[in-house]
Amino acid sequence: MRFMSRSLTRLLNFIRRHRGNDRLAEEVLCHITALAEENVRAGMLPQEAYRQAKLKFGAWEPIREDFRAEESVPLFEDLLEEIRYSFRGLRRSPVFTLVAVVTLTLGIGVNIAVFGVANAVLLHPLEVSDPGNLYELRLKPWTSFKLATTSYPAFEDLQRRNTTFSGMLAFAGYIQARLTAGNVVRRVNGHAVTGNYFDLLGVKPELGRFFHPDDEHGLNSAPYVVLSNELWQSAFNRDPAVVGTTVRLDNDTFTILGVAPARFHGTEQFVWPDYWIPIVNWVGSYLQIRTNQLVTVLGRLRPGVTPQQAAENLSAITAQLAKEYPKTDAGVPVRLVRPGLYADDGEVIRGFLYSVTGLALLVFVAGCANLASLFAARAVDRGRELALRIALGASRWRLARQLIIEALILSLPGGAAALAIAYALLAALNRWQSPYGHLAVSVDARVYVAALLLTFVSALLFGIIPVRQVWRSHPLHAMKSGPGGTPLRKPALRDVLLATQITVCMLLLLASLAAVRSMARVLKLPLGFHPQGAMLAEMDLSLVEPNHDLSLDRKKAMIQALTNIPGVTAVGTVNRVPFTGGLRGVPIFRPGTAEFTVENSVLAPYVFVMSPGYLEAAGTRLVYGRDLAWSDTAEKPRVAVVNETFARQMWGEAPAIGQRFIIRERLTEIVGVVEDGKYHNLQEPSQPVAYLSLSQNERGSIIFVVRSHRAPNEIAVALDHTLIGMEPDAQIKVQRWDDVVGGVNALFPVRAATIALGVMGLLAALLAVTGIFGMAAYNVSRRMKELGIRVALGAHTRHVMSAAVGRPILLLGIGSLFGALLGMLGSRLLGQIVYQANPRDPAVLGAAILLMAFLGAIASAIPATRALTVDPSKLLRQE
Amino acid sequence: MLFTNTTESRGTKNKRDVQQGTLALMVLKTLDVLGPLHGYGIARRIEQISGDLLSVNQGTLYPVLLKLEQERAIASKWAPSQNNRRARFYSLTSRGRRVLGAEKGKWDQTAAIVARFFDVEPGQLA
Repeated sequence: MRFMSRSLTRLLNFIRRHRGNDRLAEEVLCHITALAEENVRAGMLPQEAYRQAKLKFGAWEPIREDFRAEESVPLFEDLLEEIRYSFRGLRRSPVFTLVAVVTLTLGIGVNIAVFGVANAVLLHPLEVSDPGNLYELRLKPWTSFKLATTSYPAFEDLQRRNTTFSGMLAFAGYIQARLTAGNVVRRVNGHAVTGNYFDLLGVKPELGRFFHPDDEHGLNSAPYVVLSNELWQSAFNRDPAVVGTTVRLDNDTFTILGVAPARFHGTEQFVWPDYWIPIVNWVGSYLQIRTNQLVTVLGRLRPGVTPQQAAENLSAITAQLAKEYPKTDAGVPVRLVRPGLYADDGEVIRGFLYSVTGLALLVFVAGCANLASLFAARAVDRGRELALRIALGASRWRLARQLIIEALILSLPGGAAALAIAYALLAALNRWQSPYGHLAVSVDARVYVAALLLTFVSALLFGIIPVRQVWRSHPLHAMKSGPGGTPLRKPALRDVLLATQITVCMLLLLASLAAVRSMARVLKLPLGFHPQGAMLAEMDLSLVEPNHDLSLDRKKAMIQALTNIPGVTAVGTVNRVPFTGGLRGVPIFRPGTAEFTVENSVLAPYVFVMSPGYLEAAGTRLVYGRDLAWSDTAEKPRVAVVNETFARQMWGEAPAIGQRFIIRERLTEIVGVVEDGKYHNLQEPSQPVAYLSLSQNERGSIIFVVRSHRAPNEIAVALDHTLIGMEPDAQIKVQRWDDVVGGVNALFPVRAATIALGVMGLLAALLAVTGIFGMAAYNVSRRMKELGIRVALGAHTRHVMSAAVGRPILLLGIGSLFGALLGMLGSRLLGQIVYQANPRDPAVLGAAILLMAFLGAIASAIPATRALTVDPSKLLRQE
Repeated sequence: MLFTNTTESRGTKNKRDVQQGTLALMVLKTLDVLGPLHGYGIARRIEQISGDLLSVNQGTLYPVLLKLEQERAIASKWAPSQNNRRARFYSLTSRGRRVLGAEKGKWDQTAAIVARFFDVEPGQLA
């Protein structure tokens, strides 16, 4: 208690900068006077009395020291002194300070931003109870952007027969519907889920209640809907009275049961449903068809069961189901993954984020190496000052503390600026509507801790280097030689630092160039269609009437009307354009197959339904045969156009024209073969594709593809005008095909990677320049005198140059070599981040080497000129 | 050289701590008996009673006074002294009185134990 109160007072004194010196002086004076008066009374002469009094009082200095030490906290006082001193020192070299702070800001900022994203995506578990025990069922073959794996009857079988899960739920995701509530009409997107969904996930409603298994009694028995917090907010203005009221989803009426909490967004991190309905009230009896793979299955493992065991258990069940239902169930083995990140794509996303985090750390390391060499150089320059302080009695520990404080003074504002920049970046990312869906990046405590940690680690990393030098320095040597006097030792620590920095920069440069090149290559990749110069027009009739469809004649008339627009060269329709997801292999059979079971199928191509003219409008090249024609009516034999992969996989080198196959239980004849393309994503291997005729499959939505050479905005207006004229109630969406391709999933990963790596490459280039420049400039300034003498004695330009910037250039070469080697060793890793990125690519390697040489030349140009234009007479007079 | 230096400084520090501890106790007792006093007055009393403890280096009293004040065992304020000069007067606080009581108890105990040890005759330990 006594100690506490005393410490508190002392701390307060320190903070208030309260100093009792004056009080002490007055008291002491008073005391000595009193002593002297006493002596005078004892009969001394006044002068002698005063002298004796002072002697009796004792030495003034140590008492004052003790008093001061007692009064406040000496350690803090010293620290304050050192901080002030450091500020003074840094103010004297503003360029150094600025370069250091900016380097740190960039190095730390990029790390905080990357960590912020990684934190949001990887480290935040789903907002359900015990997320670690939740697994998602996947089929053995790897599929991209596809969540549904299982038919509802198969799910029910799995749920009943498994012995390894304590609970299992299923949902069908992203069901577009038209929500009508009073006068609110809007398009929403939701999940149809099994009754145990909320119970198994352990989510509690914010308002009202959720539905449970006992709310269901067979198909269409539970017309209930649960709203997401966002929908409740945007459509119902957070009105608690909506619970119990009814809304319409498309044509069906649902009663609002409750509202989900704001934190809960289903089991996918990026795609947030607006509502949840019981799956039994979704598509009715369609749900019971075993070939409809409609649902995603999630489950909680029983205690003590490993995911491996559970997967084996489920695989055994699917194999058994395939025996029981040979016509419908394929018995594909099963594996389990963590839910939340687009199922199988989670692996890619995780790998990407880990790699980018790694690269960001490399930027950080390069930045710290840069600062360390700058600091080391500064410490050498300050050798005399430091030596003087040691000679005057400062302990080495105290000097070391001083240097670390200096490092901290630089790193703290750097870290703060970095945090501010990263904060702004993450906020921008939060607002951005990525094609992946919501990216909820919050700057939470973990991000702040990471920022603080990086700041301190950086200060230690680059502050410790000069400390080492101080520890070793001999005051006598340093005093005698003065700045620049110590001979350049062979490979100094600074050389190692610079070489490391260049190595890391080269590695980053390689990575970013490889990414840019792969982006360029992807843009030139044969897509099997040419989006440039083509427009897509989509007609949405669902707000007029759900499931509204146009007759074939109407569709035909529209195509004709669009063809008549001046400047339009080709028009066609297709049921969906590539890269917009939703593709599923449709089994086909050889002619003569009696039973259409999964085993009997020969191929499962993607199927598109197109109108005549689509191929021309899309720019897909016809290799053999003919396009479909309007004359291929429903009464005529079924016809199809297939791609080259389809033809090759079915009939090898034999001509495919005239061959026949069975699709959707219809014998179909091939009339044309078109070039291969990409349909689902860019990474996919060659896929078999069949194009069926719109005139023989008239139902279903259509997208108009219009090619013209007029300016996109002009033609967009014309398209909109024409279509509205024919269907006044429809919502028309016209887009450039380029935008659709660029904006969707297909190119997003490549773009994100290119941007991320591009930024890092830029930072690396910047760091390489500052590193080389710093080293060369420092070299020249240290050897100015020597160079001056050499120039005065008539040294060759070449020799002066090599003396001035030879070493940094050599280090640049060594570092680049190491970087290139490392890059090649790590090319496998890089290939994972960026599609087809290959640092071994001679073009990439060459570009990186050229770039490095160029950067080196820029960075050493100024110091080299300074060395060459040195005026010996002036210089020699100066020192 | 370095080592001797350290030990020496540590030794003086210890000695000073002990001395300060005794001094603090004496200050408290003096203020308890005589009421508010200024620094010079305290020094004089202690010198009178203890003999040589404050016959030199009376200045060492002031850090001790500050320490006690920061522990809130004593309080101080400016007031005119007998010869009409401004002096700082120290007085015991209630907390200081408690501290003094506790410290006195400890001292008595220690003194009694030490005294008993010194009283022991060789025959008594058999």
